[in-house]
Amino acid sequence: MATNPAGGPLEKATQERESVVIRFAGDSGDGMQLTGTRFTSESVLAGNDVGTLPDFPAEIRAPTGTLYGVSAFQINFSNKNVYTPGDDLDALVCMNPAALKTNIADLKQNGILIVDPAEFTSANLRKAEYENNPLEDSSLDKYQVYQVEVTKMTTLALKDTGLPNRSVMRSRNFFALGVVSWLFNRPIEPTLEWIQQRFGKTPVVAEANTLAIKGGYHLGENTDMFASSYEIKPAEIDPGTYRNITGNSATALGFVIAAQKAELPLFLGSYPITPASDVLHELAEYKNYNVYTFQAEDEIAGVGAALGAAFGGALAITTTSGPGMNLKGETMGLAASVELPMVITNIQRAGPSTGMPTKPEQTDLLQAIYGRHGESPLPVIAASTPADCFHAAFEAARIAIRYMTPVILLTDGFLANASEPWLLPSVDDLPGISVDFRTDPQGFFPYLRDEETLARPWVKPGTPGLEHRIGGIEKDYLTGNISYAPANHEQMVRVRHQKVAKITQEIPPTQVKGPEQGKLLVLGWGSTYGAIAAAVEAAQAQGHAVAQAHLRYLNPLPADLGDILSRYEKVLVPEMNMGQLLRLIRADYLVDAVGLNKIQGRPFKVSEVATRIARMLED
Amino acid sequence: MSTEAAVKLTRKDFVSDQDVRWCPGCGDYAILAQVQKIFPELGIPKEKAVFISGIGCSSRFPYYMNTYGFHTIHGRAPAIATGLKVSRPDLHIWLVTGDGDGLSIGGNHLIHALRRNVELKIMLFNNRIYGLTKGQYSPTSELGKVAKSTPMGSADHPLNPIALAMGAEATFIARSIDTEAKHQQETLRRAAAHKGGAFIEILQNCNVYNDGAWEYLKAKDSKADTQLLLEHGKPMVFGKNKDRGIRLNGLTPEVVTIGNGVSTSDLLVHDEHDQTLAYLLGRMTPPNFPTPVGILFSTERPTIESLMNQQIQDAIEKSGPGNIDTLLRRGDVWSVE
Ligand SMILES: Cc1ncc(C[n+]2csc(CCOP(=O)(O)OP(=O)(O)O)c2C)c(N)n1
Ligand code: SF4
Ligand SMILES: [Mg+2]
Repeated sequence: MATNPAGGPLEKATQERESVVIRFAGDSGDGMQLTGTRFTSESVLAGNDVGTLPDFPAEIRAPTGTLYGVSAFQINFSNKNVYTPGDDLDALVCMNPAALKTNIADLKQNGILIVDPAEFTSANLRKAEYENNPLEDSSLDKYQVYQVEVTKMTTLALKDTGLPNRSVMRSRNFFALGVVSWLFNRPIEPTLEWIQQRFGKTPVVAEANTLAIKGGYHLGENTDMFASSYEIKPAEIDPGTYRNITGNSATALGFVIAAQKAELPLFLGSYPITPASDVLHELAEYKNYNVYTFQAEDEIAGVGAALGAAFGGALAITTTSGPGMNLKGETMGLAASVELPMVITNIQRAGPSTGMPTKPEQTDLLQAIYGRHGESPLPVIAASTPADCFHAAFEAARIAIRYMTPVILLTDGFLANASEPWLLPSVDDLPGISVDFRTDPQGFFPYLRDEETLARPWVKPGTPGLEHRIGGIEKDYLTGNISYAPANHEQMVRVRHQKVAKITQEIPPTQVKGPEQGKLLVLGWGSTYGAIAAAVEAAQAQGHAVAQAHLRYLNPLPADLGDILSRYEKVLVPEMNMGQLLRLIRADYLVDAVGLNKIQGRPFKVSEVATRIARMLED
Repeated sequence: MSTEAAVKLTRKDFVSDQDVRWCPGCGDYAILAQVQKIFPELGIPKEKAVFISGIGCSSRFPYYMNTYGFHTIHGRAPAIATGLKVSRPDLHIWLVTGDGDGLSIGGNHLIHALRRNVELKIMLFNNRIYGLTKGQYSPTSELGKVAKSTPMGSADHPLNPIALAMGAEATFIARSIDTEAKHQQETLRRAAAHKGGAFIEILQNCNVYNDGAWEYLKAKDSKADTQLLLEHGKPMVFGKNKDRGIRLNGLTPEVVTIGNGVSTSDLLVHDEHDQTLAYLLGRMTPPNFPTPVGILFSTERPTIESLMNQQIQDAIEKSGPGNIDTLLRRGDVWSVE
C-alpha cells in the first residue's frame, strides 16, 4: 500500500453520484447502530436527504460472531428526495464473516464491499457457516472488495492510549466510520464534537474514538487503497430548521405537544414491549412537561391506568405492540362505552404471538378496526413516515379529545426505528386543541351530546354538583343511568357508530399524487408510503397515468375515497399483510382492487412495487 | 385542608337516586349503610370522593353512592384507580371489589396496587363465592366447596386475603364483618385516616349462593370464641369469659387458657406496627385459632403518587416548565436556507 511520500493527502479523483445506499453490518457488540446514526448525522449536515433503517436482532447479547447476532444499519442519502432507506446496496461494510454472509445478497453487482480481513479467522468462518474463506475464493469477484485492516489499524492508532485490547476493539466501528466518511466525502467534525459530548466524562474513551475515526479518515485520504472518493451533492431541501427523527421519537413528541396545546397533563400507562418501549423511555424524560409515565404490571393495567387518568381529565395514552393490543382489548371496549378520550398506539410487529418482535408488519389493521367484542367502533389513524408519526400522534390526540373517544394510532416497527430529516413545524401552525371541561350543573347529563361531534361532556371528578357514575353497563341515552331497554341499546349502538362516522368531517380532501384519473391508482396506508411514492414517481416519469393516494384515516375512511377510486381503471393496494385494507376497500366500495402483499418482516423495496405497477400497466 | 374540613354533610348527601339492586338480605346492604354513615364525618367534599369498582355484585356499589363513580371491568379497578390517583392526587378514591374480582381475575392488579401504596381505600367484599355469575366457588372458598362448577367439591386450596396483602406489603391491613356495624365503621374511619393505601377485607354474607359462610364468626352465642378482636396495645384475649388468649411459643402462636399459671401478662400484646406479628396474625385461621378482626397492620411509607408527582415538580424546578420550541429542537438540529 503506497502512501504519499510527502505525507500530505494524495490527489484523488472524486466521482459524483446522485444517491448512495450503504449498510453497516457487524456483530451486535460492534456498535453498528451508533456508527449508522453518526453517518446519518454527517450526511444530513452535508445537505443530503436521507432515509435510514436499523435492523437489529431480537437477542440482546447473541453469542459473538453468529449469524443471528448480526446487527445492521442502512442509510440512503441523496441529492434528490429520499422516500425510503433504499433497496439494493451500493456499499456494504462488514465487520465480520457473519455480517458478510447475512448481507451480501443485497449488494449490487460491482458494489463496494469493505471487510476486515483480520476477522476472517477459522473460528469466525465456522460460526458464520463458511466452508471456505470467501476472501480467498472467487465468490466475491463481482464486487469491488476492499480489505481494510480495521482491527490492525485501530490497534496501531490507539497504541499510545494504554487501553487494554478489549477496549481498543470497541473503537473499531469509529475507524470504519472514518474510512467510509472519507469515501463519501462526509465531514467528520460533527462526529468529533459528538464524541466529546458523549464520552467527555471518560477522556480516554473520547480520545480513543477520536484517534480511531481520524485514523480511518486518513487511511482513505493518504493511501492508495481507494482510487477515488464519491461526492453526493446537497439535495434541494425546503428551507427551515430540521432534525433527524425516528418514528418513536416523533410519536412521543406528538403526544407531548398535543398535551401542551390542550393544556393538559399527559399520562402514559405502558408495559415494555418491542418495538414500543422507546416511546415510554422517551416520554419518561419529559417530566417537566407535566408528563406522567407509569410502567404498569401488564398491558391491561397500562391501558387501565390511562383510562383512569382520562376519567380524571388528563390526555391519556398507552403504547404497545401486537400481543399487548390483545390484552388491552377489553379496556378499549370499556373506554368506547364510557366515551372517554384516550390514544392507544400499536407499533405493529410481525405476528402472530411473539412472531418476529423486531420486524415490522401491517397485520393489525383489521384488529384495530374490528378487534373488540360488541359493536365497538373506534377511530383508527396511521402514520406513514417516521416524521409523520408526530403529526399522526398529534391528530389522534386531537380527535380523541374533540370526539370523546379512544383512538387507535397505528405505526410499525419500521417507522419506529427508521429515521428521516424532519422539517420542524412552527408551534403556531399546529391546530389548537381546545378542551371544554363541563362545570355547569344546569341541565347536565353525563351523556348529553354535542350536536356537531356527538361527544358527551368531559367532567373532571372534583367538579361540584356534577357527581355522576359511569360504567360499562349499557346506559340510558341521556341520563347515563343503567338501562337494559331494548330500543335504548340500539339507539346507543347507533349513536356510538354515528359519532365515529362524523369524524369524516375532520378529514381533509385526500391528496392524490399524479393524474386525477387514469390507468392505475396505488392506494396505501402506513409505512409503505415511501416505497409506493418512489415507485409511482418512477412510473410517472415514464409517462404512465399512475397516481398515489395514501390514507391517514382508516376508520372512518375519507368521504372522497369512493369517488377517487372510481376514477382509475385499476387499483393496487400494497400492504405488509395478507390484504387487510384491500378487504375494506373491496367491501366498502365494491372496487375490484388487487393486493401486493409482502409478509417478510421487511418493508417493500421500491423495485417490488415498481415491478408490480409495470405489470399492471401491461395487462 | 381547611375548606375540606368545613363541609357539613349528612348521610343523605351520599345516597344516590338509583334503586339498590342487591338480593334482599345480602350483606352488601349493611356495608353500603356503614359507608354512607361514616362518609359525612370524613370531611371529604362529595365531589372529591370517587368510588371505583370492578365487576361482581359487590362492584355495583358505586352506583349507590352519590359521588363520582366508575364501574369498570372485571378485576381491573385497581389499575384504573391507580391511573386516576397518580394524576389526581387531590381525589379521595375508594375501591370496591369482591373475592373473585380482586383475588382471581384481578389478583395481579391488587398485588401491585398494594405494593405501590397507591392511596386507595380498598374494600374487598369476601363472600367466598361468585355471586353475580350465580354461585361458582371462588379463590377464597374452602377446599372441597361444593358449588355449581364443582359438584364433587373444589380441588383448590383457598387463598388468604390478609396473608396476600402482607406479602404485597400493604401499609394498612384490616378485617371486619358486614354485620358488625360499629366495628366496621371504626375500621373504615381508620382506613380513611391512614396516609396511604388501605386494604380492608370485609366478610360478607351472600345469602343466595353461600348463605352462612361466616356464621361461625357471627353467631351470637359463639362469636366471642371464634373472633379475636384486635386492639392496639391490648393483650390478645378472647372467649365468652375472656379467659382465653394467644401466647407465643417460640415462633409459633398458640391458644392458651388464662389461669393455672398463665396470666394476661404472658399473652401477646397487639401492636399494629409490628410486621412480624401481623404475619403471624394473618396466618391464624380456624379451626385452630380464632379469626383476628380489626387492624392487623399499619405502617407508613411514601405513596407512589407522592413520589411521581414529586419527580415532576423536581423536573420542573431543574429544567423549568416545558417549552415546546426547546422540545422540538432537542438533539442535532440544522437549518436549510
Ligand atoms: C372478563 C370477564 N370474565 C368474566 C365475567 C363474569 N363475572 C362477572 S362477576 C364474576 C365473579 C364475581 O365474583 P366476586 O368478585 O366474588 O363478586 P360477588 O358477585 O361475589 O360480589 C364473574 C366471573 C366478566 N364480567 N368479565
Ligand atoms: S347473589 Fe349474593 S352477593 Fe349477589 S346480591 Fe345476591 S346475595 Fe348479594
Ligand atoms: Mg364474591
